[in-house]
Amino acid sequence: MTGLPEGCDLFTPGHRACGGCGPALAARLLLKATGENVIVVNSTGCMEVFSTPYPETAWGVPWIHSLFENAAAVASGIEAALKKQGRSEKVVCICGDGATFDIGMLCISGAFERGHDITYICYDNEAYMNTGIQRSGATPYAASTTTSPAGACSPGNVRQKKDMPGILAAHGAPYVATASIAYPADFEKKVRRAINTPGPCYIQVHTPCCTGWGFESGETINMAKLAIETGLWVNYEMVNGVVEKAKKVKRKPVEEYLSRQKRFQHLFKPSHRDDLIAEIQKIADANAERFGIDIRSKEPIE
Amino acid sequence: MALRVGCAAPPGKALENKTGTWRVFKPVFDPETCNRCGICAQFCPEGCIRETDEGIFEPDLDYCKGCGICEEVCPKESIRMEKEEK
Amino acid sequence: MLEIMEGSHAVAEIVKRCRPQVIAAYPITPQTHIVEALAQMVADCELDADYITVESEFSALSACLGASAAGSRVYSATTSQGLALMFEVCFNVAGLRQPVVMTIANRSLGAPLSIWNDQQDSISLRDSGWLQLYAEDNQEAVDLHMIAYRVCEDHDVLLPAFVCFDGYVLTHTYEPVSIPTQEEVDAYLPAFNPYQRLDANNPLSFGMYATPDYYMEFRYEIDQAQHRAKEVFAKAGREFAEQFERDYSAPVEGYRLEDADTAILAMGSICGTVKDAIDEMRDAGKKVGLLKIRMFRPFPADEIADALKGVSTVAVLDRNISLGSGGAVGTEVKAALSGSGTAVYDYIVALGGRDIRKKDIAGIVDLAEEGRGDMFYGLRTEVL
Ligand SMILES: Cc1ncc(C[n+]2csc(CCOP(=O)(O)OP(=O)(O)O)c2C)c(N)n1
Ligand code: SF4
Ligand code: SF4
Ligand code: SF4
Ligand SMILES: [Mg+2]
Repeated sequence: MTGLPEGCDLFTPGHRACGGCGPALAARLLLKATGENVIVVNSTGCMEVFSTPYPETAWGVPWIHSLFENAAAVASGIEAALKKQGRSEKVVCICGDGATFDIGMLCISGAFERGHDITYICYDNEAYMNTGIQRSGATPYAASTTTSPAGACSPGNVRQKKDMPGILAAHGAPYVATASIAYPADFEKKVRRAINTPGPCYIQVHTPCCTGWGFESGETINMAKLAIETGLWVNYEMVNGVVEKAKKVKRKPVEEYLSRQKRFQHLFKPSHRDDLIAEIQKIADANAERFGIDIRSKEPIE
Repeated sequence: MALRVGCAAPPGKALENKTGTWRVFKPVFDPETCNRCGICAQFCPEGCIRETDEGIFEPDLDYCKGCGICEEVCPKESIRMEKEEK
Repeated sequence: MLEIMEGSHAVAEIVKRCRPQVIAAYPITPQTHIVEALAQMVADCELDADYITVESEFSALSACLGASAAGSRVYSATTSQGLALMFEVCFNVAGLRQPVVMTIANRSLGAPLSIWNDQQDSISLRDSGWLQLYAEDNQEAVDLHMIAYRVCEDHDVLLPAFVCFDGYVLTHTYEPVSIPTQEEVDAYLPAFNPYQRLDANNPLSFGMYATPDYYMEFRYEIDQAQHRAKEVFAKAGREFAEQFERDYSAPVEGYRLEDADTAILAMGSICGTVKDAIDEMRDAGKKVGLLKIRMFRPFPADEIADALKGVSTVAVLDRNISLGSGGAVGTEVKAALSGSGTAVYDYIVALGGRDIRKKDIAGIVDLAEEGRGDMFYGLRTEVL
C-alpha cells in the first residue's frame, strides 16, 4: 500500500534531521509501533520541516501538517470524520514541546475535554529548536537558550518544566505516559497501549537534541539515559489519573547529566555554581520522591 | 512533474535524498565481534542499519549520516567511527 | 413553497439538506441561531452529522480542515472576531485546497467592540484564497450555500468559500423563503467526492513545506483555481436556475442599469435599500441604476467593466475600510475601470450597524455627480 521498498521503515531515511536527532528516532519508533493503519498529524517544527520538504516526504502513512498550534483540533476533525465514515485508522498527533506546552494548549485542552479518540504525542526536546533554540514551557530550570540565555544576572531559564502530563491527566485522559527514546521497546509499548485505549491519550517522549543542547551527535541515547538515571526525567504511566508504573533507577548525581551539555556549561565555567546545581538536584530529588523511583537495597527492580 | 494539489506527496520521495553525502565519519562494523543483538539498528535515527541475508549488520551508506549513535550503543564495541576519505 | 422564517433558521435548514458529515462551530453573535439550530437537528437525529463543540473558532476551522482532509463534507459558521481568530487557519484551508463552506453572518470588527453589521470581517480575508459570495436576502443566502458546495467541491476548483449574509439585517429577520426539499437538494448536490483524502489505503502527506523552488507555483495554482471558479460558478448557477428557477449564475447583477448615467455598486442586503432609492430617483427622472456584486472572490473585474459600459459615474458603497487607504471594493472597482473614462467614487458607509436610508443613497448619487467622493458618508460630525 505504501509503495515503499521491502524492509523499509514506514518513516523512511532521506529525511533532513541533523545526524543524531532524537526526534527523528522518535518518529521512526512511533510508526514501528502504530503500523500502517494510522493517520498522523504533525505540528510545525523540526520534525515537520526535516521530514517533508516538498515533495520529499519521509512518511509512509497518511500524514498532515496544518499549523504550529492546531494539531489537536485538526485531529479532532479527522477523528469525527473517520467515525462518521466508519473507518478504523487511529489518529495520532506528534508535536514538539513548543507546539504542546505553549502555543497549542488551547486546542489540546479542548480536544481532551471533548474526549476525542486520539493519541497526542509530544516529542520533547525542551525548546523551540526549529527557530533556533528558544525556551519553551518544557525547557528545564537553568538551561541556557537563545531567549533564556545565562548571563551575569541570569541562571538561564528561570522556571521548571510545566507538568503537562499532570494537566492532561486532570482533563480526564484515561492514559497518560512519559517515555524516552533511550527505551525504544517501552516507548513502542506505550504507543500501542495509547492508540488502543479509547479516548484522548497523551505520551510525552524525551528526545534529546544534539544541536540545541550542545553535545556530540553520537551521545543522544546516552543523554536520554542519563536524564532517567539522574531522575531529571521519569518514565511513568498514569491510568485514569493515577500513577501506576514508574521506572526505578539507582540515581546518579545530576551533575553527570548537566556537565555533558553546552546548555548547562555556565553551571561549571567560569565558576562552579554549586548553588544552581543544588537547585537542580532538588528537582531530581522531588521527582524521585513523587514517583518513588529510587532503588533502595533489597527492593526488587520494577 | 506537475505539482500535487494542496502540497501533497506520496510516500517514498524522501528516499531520493541521499543523506550519506553529509557524512564525515563512517561507521565500520566488525562482524567478528558482533553478537547480532540488533541494538544498533534499533537506535539509528535514519533507520539505515540492516541485517543482511548472511546475518551481518551493516549501514546503508546512501543514508548514514555518520552520527555515531550506533557506535555508542553497541554493547560489543563492534562499531568504529572512521574519518571518511572522499 | 414559501415559508416565513428567520434567516438563520433558513440557512440551518439548507445546511442540513446539504448533508455535512462534520460540523464544527463556536458561538458568536449574530451567528448563534444558525449553529444552535444545527445542534438541535443533530440532537433530534434529523441530521446525521458529528457536531464538534470546539473551544474556539480557531479550533472550529482547524477541525473542519481535518475532517475535510479525511474525506467528509464539513460546515462551519462564524463572524467578526471569530473569523479574525481563524485568520491563520483560513489561509491554510485554502492552501491545502479543502472545499470547506462557511457561513459568515457579517459583523464589524473591534475595537471598538460592536456586534452590529458591516462587512469588514469577510473582506479583511480577501487575500486568503476563499471564494466570497454575498447574499442580498435570505432566499439568496439559502441558495448560495447549495451552489457554494457544488463549486468548492468541483475538482477544477477545490477551494473553500464564505457565504456571507448580513448580521441581524438578514440573520435575525423573518422573510418568506423557499427551502428546497431534501430530494431536490440531493438532485442538485451530489455526495462529496474528495479529490484525495487521508487514507491508510493510499497514504499521502498533506501540507508539506515548500522551499523557494516550489512556493510560488503553489500560490499560482491557488490563484488559477480562483479564476476557474468563475466558470464553474456560472455553470453551477445555470443548473441551479434550471432546477429552481432562481438565477444566480452571474457574479454581478444589474438593476435598472440599461440607460443609467450613474451607477451605484454595492454588496449584500444594502442592495434592497438601494433598489428602493433607485426607483424613487427614477421616478424623479434621474438615470440611476445598481450593480450588485454577488461574488467578491474571485473578483469579477471583467464582468463589472462590461456591466458599467456607458455609465459615466460610479458610486461604490463600501461597508468596510482598509484603514489608511480606502474601501476595499472601491479600490478594486477603480482598478477594474481604469482607462475606461468612467469616474469612480468610493463611499465608506454603514459601518458597525449605522443605518443607511434611501435619502442617503440619493445624497451619495448627488455627491458622485458633483465629483465628490472617496470619503466616509453619514458621519455624525457633531460628536467629532
Ligand atoms: C503561530 C506561529 N508562531 C510561531 C511560529 C514559528 N515557529 C515555527 S516552529 C517553532 C518552534 C517549534 O518548537 P517545538 O514545537 O518545540 O518543535 P521543535 O522545533 O523543537 O521540534 C516556532 C516558534 C509559527 N510557525 N507559527
Ligand atoms: S535541531 Fe535538534 S530536533 Fe531539530 S533536527 Fe537538529 S537534532 Fe533534531
Ligand atoms: S552512524 Fe548514525 S546514521 Fe550511520 S548507521 Fe550509525 S546510527 Fe545510523
Ligand atoms: S549493536 Fe553491535 S553487537 Fe549488536 S548487532 Fe549492532 S554491531 Fe552487532
Ligand atoms: Mg522543541
